[in-house]
Amino acid sequence: MGLLDAAITKHNVLVTSVDNVLNWARLSSLWPMGFGLACCAIEMMATNASNYDLERFGIFPRSSPRQSDLMIVAGTVTMKMAERVIRLYEQMPEPRYVLSMGSCSNCGGPYWEHGYHVLKGVDRVIPVDVYVPGCPPRPESLIGGLMKIQELIRMEQIGVSRADALKKLAEKSIDPQFVIDRERKATTA
Amino acid sequence: MDTTLSNFGNVFAFLALGIVFVAGGYLTARMLRPSRPNPAKNSTYECGEEAVGSAWVKFNIRFYVVALIFIIFDVEVVFLYPWATVFKHLGVFALVEALLFAAILILGLAYAWVKGDLDWVRPTPNIPTMPEMPSGKSASERG
Repeated sequence: MGLLDAAITKHNVLVTSVDNVLNWARLSSLWPMGFGLACCAIEMMATNASNYDLERFGIFPRSSPRQSDLMIVAGTVTMKMAERVIRLYEQMPEPRYVLSMGSCSNCGGPYWEHGYHVLKGVDRVIPVDVYVPGCPPRPESLIGGLMKIQELIRMEQIGVSRADALKKLAEKSIDPQFVIDRERKATTA
Repeated sequence: MDTTLSNFGNVFAFLALGIVFVAGGYLTARMLRPSRPNPAKNSTYECGEEAVGSAWVKFNIRFYVVALIFIIFDVEVVFLYPWATVFKHLGVFALVEALLFAAILILGLAYAWVKGDLDWVRPTPNIPTMPEMPSGKSASERG
């Protein structure tokens, strides 16, 4: 049925509060697909485990794409795996988000030049929302990326495209240089 | 007039509230969720692999006997474990009881053994032979 989806094609004043509730619900229970490709998956598992405890964000890996909202592409995407990644992405229900974790899935990583078998970035086959740099990224970086996804969801509106939400998120972003300068000024003063 | 609910009334109230709660959840989800089915999304989930062939495959009937014998010992352990934890308190009586219990199961095992169900029969391959050739010589004679 999808009443809200079908009836409201343009954002209007009637759905502003619904937006808030819906976004809050979605960002508080981001369920990623249990899906690891290489060494980044070890870091992802460590993030899920007790030390970093992703459960406090409501993030809990699911074994089926039917129940997941988020795909964490953790590791090297080989040409052979890319086909499966696409199929799994297609099988996820909407709204779906993709987090590219680590250099390999961001851009090919150490295989960028001579890796004949490695896809040079998972964004060549599926749309990526957040990139987490690192080789592999530490759990803190992954949590940072996941919080970025939550911020993105908070920006979303019914009947408005994801691209607009990303644009709004970019406006709110803080220049890291600004923070560094501010901190420096605070310590020297 | 007594206005309090009877015990059945309490059950009914819980039942009605439960149905409303679950139905409400389903209805809200139906209204809020986007519904955009497409052939790729509706395809069978096989851990990312393309589903090939039918799911109605045949299993060897001999697995049935293996599963049945496994159940005998599985259930035996389930019953013997709590027995072992309180064995000290119950003494000789419990030992005799457990031995009796085990003996009944061992009888079943002996039965399966005598019937030959513990021998995993190797398949006897049915190798097709060459049909007679018009020359009158069989394949083995021609070498």
